[in-house]
Amino acid sequence: MPGVEGFIYPNELELQWSMLIVLYPFITGLVAGAFILASLERVFNVEAVKPTYRLALLTALAFLLVAPLPLQLHLGHPERSFEMYLTPHTSSAMAMFGFVYLWYLMVVLVLEIWFDYRKDIVLTWQESKGLKRVLYAFMALGSRNISEPALRIDDRIGRFLTVIGIPSAFLLHGYVGFIFGSIKANPWWSSAMMPIVFLFSAIVSGIALITVLYYLISWYRKTPVNQACVDTIARYLLYAFLIDFSLELLDLIHRIYEADESFKSLDFMVHTRLYLPHIIVQLLIGTVVPLIMLGSAQLFKIRPATRRLIYFISCNLTLIGIFAMRWNVVIGGQLFSKSFLGYTTYKLEFATREGLLTSIVLLILPFLILAVLAYLLPPWKEEPKTARN
Amino acid sequence: MKYRFGDYQHVLRMAGIFALGTTAFFVFRAVMVPKDFGVYGHYRAGALKDNADRQIQYAGHAACVDCHSEIQQMRSGGKHAGIGCESCHGPLARHAAGQMSGAPEKPNNRDTCLRCHTARPSKPAGFPQIIPADHAREGACTACHPAHNPKV
Amino acid sequence: MKEDRRQFLKNAGKLLVLAGSAAVAWPYIREERAQDAPGYQTDAHWWGMVIDVDKCIGCGTCVRGCKAENDVLLTPQTSRTWVERYVVDPDDMDHPRVDSPNAAYDGFPDPGPQEKPLKTFYVPKLCNHCEHSPCVQVCPVGATFESPDGVVLVDKSYCLGCRYCIQACPYGCRYIDPRTETVDKCTLCYHRITKGLTTACCEVCPTGARALGDLKNPKDPIHKFLLENKVLVLKPQMATGSKTWYKGLDGAVR
Repeated sequence: MPGVEGFIYPNELELQWSMLIVLYPFITGLVAGAFILASLERVFNVEAVKPTYRLALLTALAFLLVAPLPLQLHLGHPERSFEMYLTPHTSSAMAMFGFVYLWYLMVVLVLEIWFDYRKDIVLTWQESKGLKRVLYAFMALGSRNISEPALRIDDRIGRFLTVIGIPSAFLLHGYVGFIFGSIKANPWWSSAMMPIVFLFSAIVSGIALITVLYYLISWYRKTPVNQACVDTIARYLLYAFLIDFSLELLDLIHRIYEADESFKSLDFMVHTRLYLPHIIVQLLIGTVVPLIMLGSAQLFKIRPATRRLIYFISCNLTLIGIFAMRWNVVIGGQLFSKSFLGYTTYKLEFATREGLLTSIVLLILPFLILAVLAYLLPPWKEEPKTARN
Repeated sequence: MKYRFGDYQHVLRMAGIFALGTTAFFVFRAVMVPKDFGVYGHYRAGALKDNADRQIQYAGHAACVDCHSEIQQMRSGGKHAGIGCESCHGPLARHAAGQMSGAPEKPNNRDTCLRCHTARPSKPAGFPQIIPADHAREGACTACHPAHNPKV
Repeated sequence: MKEDRRQFLKNAGKLLVLAGSAAVAWPYIREERAQDAPGYQTDAHWWGMVIDVDKCIGCGTCVRGCKAENDVLLTPQTSRTWVERYVVDPDDMDHPRVDSPNAAYDGFPDPGPQEKPLKTFYVPKLCNHCEHSPCVQVCPVGATFESPDGVVLVDKSYCLGCRYCIQACPYGCRYIDPRTETVDKCTLCYHRITKGLTTACCEVCPTGARALGDLKNPKDPIHKFLLENKVLVLKPQMATGSKTWYKGLDGAVR
């Protein structure tokens, strides 16, 4: 059989979960990571990252709205997907995740954004005319009160939401890790560390995304990038990355040391079919190089302009690396046979329902939604102060 | 500190929307969940019937013996006595129910036999196997081995 | 006159019998509970399968029988049951050569000349109808389940086609039926066993290598089989509660 090496069970010829299921943890990871960055300012009072606060929230919302789309496109019967909410099987991580998603979307993100933006919504309402006025009246729920006590209530509720938002963000993406980590039939996935590895790689990817967006939007608005802000973000990115790298290294060492029945088969797969995506892209380009770059920025005296460039490059490499990690987990977990005696291949088509074109569109879509959200709810009101060098 | 109603009215409006949404969800749920869901477990009880209501293709050898008792007599004591009729003759439920016009096609008198009896190293040692090229290069196996009681 | 009365009484009698049985069956028909219809009670059965590896001749009749009985697609290849051939070198038992050409639909071709004596045998595989099946555990909506009589089934009108259960099955016995875009698998011929017949694969197996067993039936030969033979289930470390017991299973079998 073409593409098959060794022996696979007859039903294992075609992969069950495609590129779309690679996209899904990538997108939800960006959401969780972006939110954690936002919470740094709100809860931990890291003032320096304030310029990215609202951007992070809007980005998280834009990506979370797109997150169910790859799932719907992948289902055999998307018209039945509401069954997950009507008759959720409580033993199924996938079913319970539907509620975690809903909770996170409605209670954490939508509410937090609303409470943070409410004053601006009401002001815009009062300054607009026509259709725009109606829209903003609707967004304000018809309430005009932006007095001191009302805003104080908003702030307290917003802070409370961010506090419960942090464990919710952990739950959101940790759960995705659990969806894979709880499958005992698949030794590439089955691990207690899977939720934690997913979560930390999510944090890394989310922070990297917000940094890149902040650069691009500042370039677009012709405003300078706040040096203190990106310096601080880069520091937190480095910390999160070091933890993520340690966890993945620990998983690797553990596998090699214990060398259980699946080890030889998985080892062979990583050195052949997964060599490019795993060793080259995820490990080398996506982890080691950014770590060296970010570490150097902390350890050595480097000019601010160079530091900004280092951050931009390493964040882009990080995003590529974390995407590769999702690919290696999802696709890699299906390339080897559960008999541990063979391998199959994944054919990524281009213009099909689950193909490359669809994936590219799904990755572009959140940025379009973000553009709409940023238009309706501008992240920055006035021109930021000139960056101090 | 004491807050005036006007100051937290917007919070109540938002809470009202959430309450509305939750109620709508439960109404939708009550309407849409199949009535027989959860009777035996977390599934639609009607699914048992759906799975049980398929058309049967193999009648089972008991149904064959009903009409073809003389064949059964012929087989008794022979090496093929324990094999279901439809192993070689294929699915015949419709024939047994009298729904087919004319007799079903007879199985091929060489290929059908070779399917089981061609020698392969993986077959159990005691199982009768032959190498077709050495044993009988061509022609019907039934020329020497009657299919229903194959002793030569 | 006499003949007419006799005829009338005969017809009346027939009518009474019909009406009586209809009256008994009617409540069950109305509630659409085939499993409680007269003759078959779900809680009176607990189905399993026993396989004697030493009797399997790899003819593939079970595979063909299953496809004919259950309308399983030939292309793309999807298999509710299949047979694997193992060729084990006693000096290198960690690396058996295994194949299952077209899921053994046409039996097995000549393996070619062997330079040294090798241990080689056939192993039929199917859904193990696990008691604690991981596939049922992960289904998000309840579209796959274990029936009250121990058969793991799929509700095709409810399945989303998310494929989570296919990922969770350690034995590789599930697949997507492209015609319905839902998951499909061996149903233990539920439509046959609820009517007193055996499964299609057991019906056509010429050597008796496969046998359906009803653990709740005290007269079923499965009890004697399990008592007198050393048996194994596939991947016992997964603790799936598999109800497919193999006699003569070699350690090389995956």
